[in-house]
Amino acid sequence: MRPDVMEDPNRATFDFQRGPDGQARLILKGRLDRDTTASLWPQSTQTLRQAQVPRLIVDAGAVTYCDGVGVALLTEYKRIQREQRGQIEIRGLRPEFQQLMTLLETDHLVSPPKPPGPIRGLIRGVGEWTVGLVGEFITEISFTGEVFLKLLQTLLHPRTLRGEDTLVIAEKAGANAVGIVGALGFLIGLILAFQTAAAMRQFGAQVYVADLVAVVLFRELGPLITAVVLTSRSGSAFAAEVGTMKVNEEIDALVTMGLDPVQFLVLPRLVAVLAVIPLLTLFNELLGLVGCGLVMSTWDVPFSIFMERIRHAATLTDFFGGLVKTFVFGALVAGLGCLRGLQTGTGPTAVGDSTTRAVVSGIIAIIVADGVFAVVYYYLGI
Amino acid sequence: MTNGSIIQVKDLAAGYADAVILKDINFEVRVGEIFAILGGSGSGKTTLLRCMIGLLKPLHGAIVIDGTDIVSAAGEERLQVLRKIGVAYQSGALFGSMSLLTNVALPLEEFTDLPRSAIERIAQMKLKAVGLQAAAYKMPSELSGGMRKRAAIARALALDPKILFLDEPSAGLDPVTSAQIDELILDLSHDLQITFVIVTHELPSIFTVADRAIMVDKDTKTIIAAGKPQELRDQSDNPVVRQFFHRAVGKPLGT
Repeated sequence: MRPDVMEDPNRATFDFQRGPDGQARLILKGRLDRDTTASLWPQSTQTLRQAQVPRLIVDAGAVTYCDGVGVALLTEYKRIQREQRGQIEIRGLRPEFQQLMTLLETDHLVSPPKPPGPIRGLIRGVGEWTVGLVGEFITEISFTGEVFLKLLQTLLHPRTLRGEDTLVIAEKAGANAVGIVGALGFLIGLILAFQTAAAMRQFGAQVYVADLVAVVLFRELGPLITAVVLTSRSGSAFAAEVGTMKVNEEIDALVTMGLDPVQFLVLPRLVAVLAVIPLLTLFNELLGLVGCGLVMSTWDVPFSIFMERIRHAATLTDFFGGLVKTFVFGALVAGLGCLRGLQTGTGPTAVGDSTTRAVVSGIIAIIVADGVFAVVYYYLGI
Repeated sequence: MTNGSIIQVKDLAAGYADAVILKDINFEVRVGEIFAILGGSGSGKTTLLRCMIGLLKPLHGAIVIDGTDIVSAAGEERLQVLRKIGVAYQSGALFGSMSLLTNVALPLEEFTDLPRSAIERIAQMKLKAVGLQAAAYKMPSELSGGMRKRAAIARALALDPKILFLDEPSAGLDPVTSAQIDELILDLSHDLQITFVIVTHELPSIFTVADRAIMVDKDTKTIIAAGKPQELRDQSDNPVVRQFFHRAVGKPLGT
């Protein structure tokens, strides 16, 4: 029960009065709109819940305005009464508000789909995850096969490749990445030399820093860093581009025109990346050596000796062993980027999801492939 | 139904960069009526709508909505105007990452202090009004085109607007679904006393729902006809209007 508030046309008030025989009246006054109802809702519904009236009369004769929110309030009273097995009668509502009520009123609320219980949810989750993983694995294998086959066909008939697209993509993925790839190489060379030199100097062996940096750059870091940069720059871009085309039904348009999406979209990207990744790696390694040389010169190692050490330490096997890796990394980056794009679902979040998946799976695939190379090279004695 | 006007568009010119698309636009929309803006593709009817809902600043002129000029209003005043209107966009523009219920509940959550249970109830009622209550927990991507348009109307209704703007509500739908949307507009207009401004070029809907209409034209860049749709069809002697209503190919396309 509430003391009566001043009568103001822009406010809504309610007054709850108990009568005889379990009857009670709830008198509503004023405007029932979204601003006034906000305070009325919790107060009045709580009063009703506590009162537990067997028979409630809602007197709406003094309601001057009532919109969807007001109707919602009235239906909420009805629901509360139904829950408490009480009766309700709404009196005096103006005909236009009554009409609104008929249009909007719902007897029941649709409840959200029930999530399965914890155990069932777990079992279901594990099952779905496993099926998804197996399905994903199969897709990747068949996609790899398809792309490889079509790449071979393209090598036999080079004219089927969309040359102009390939060049544009090569420019975006390659030429435009020279700056970042070079800067990263320079910094890595610098840091690597600096960190190792500090330790090696204790033994007077700072000359050998050049050996170490050269071998590490050629065999591991050069290809790896370039591939990671390419994944985050171009793998993501491929997934977003192809994914947007998928969402816009452009992929379907290609298919119905009789054009193969793999031939039309994947191959130009794959070829472009395969063409630029060794060059970018070389550039990365070169600037890495420059960075290393810079540190060495501050440790009083003459340039001629630095060059001599590199020539001595890094063999052609190291150099080409590293370059061979870049082709595999490039294929993984371009292939996974396009595949994630082609797997895009519907809706605006789908493109974001497939871009994320392209970068994550690209980086994981590169590291795993690098591990495989390490083992294979070890057994081959490279 | 009172006959006061709720929207007045005065001497409006609109366009992008250098290209003027509309000029000398003057009209009024009366309280409670269903007002149609007609025109062929590229005639600037969507540009006019974008001006009226405050998305595009006109080159000059005034658009007074329920007493406030939306062109010059800023800050809180502008928000007040925007809360009086609801807009259902051509392709629905439902938020794809949210269920229908959340889409409808969003404006209520942001602009009112109503408790959570109240918001959910109101959102379900709005969905019921457009016949989509059963789909409340579906995602927009699971809906058909007609359902999406209806859901967009439900979301536009969320804050009980005085004026509802609909951009091509029945375009791209089959005749049956299209007729259902028209029916829905008529019901809402009758039961909620909302003023409707509808941009369309669908002839059957124009005759079914519109009380009055204006027609904008690509060549003259202004209003070439105004009145009841039936009068426009039967009495207008403007060749462009006649062509539009009689679906005649009067002159080659693209000229």
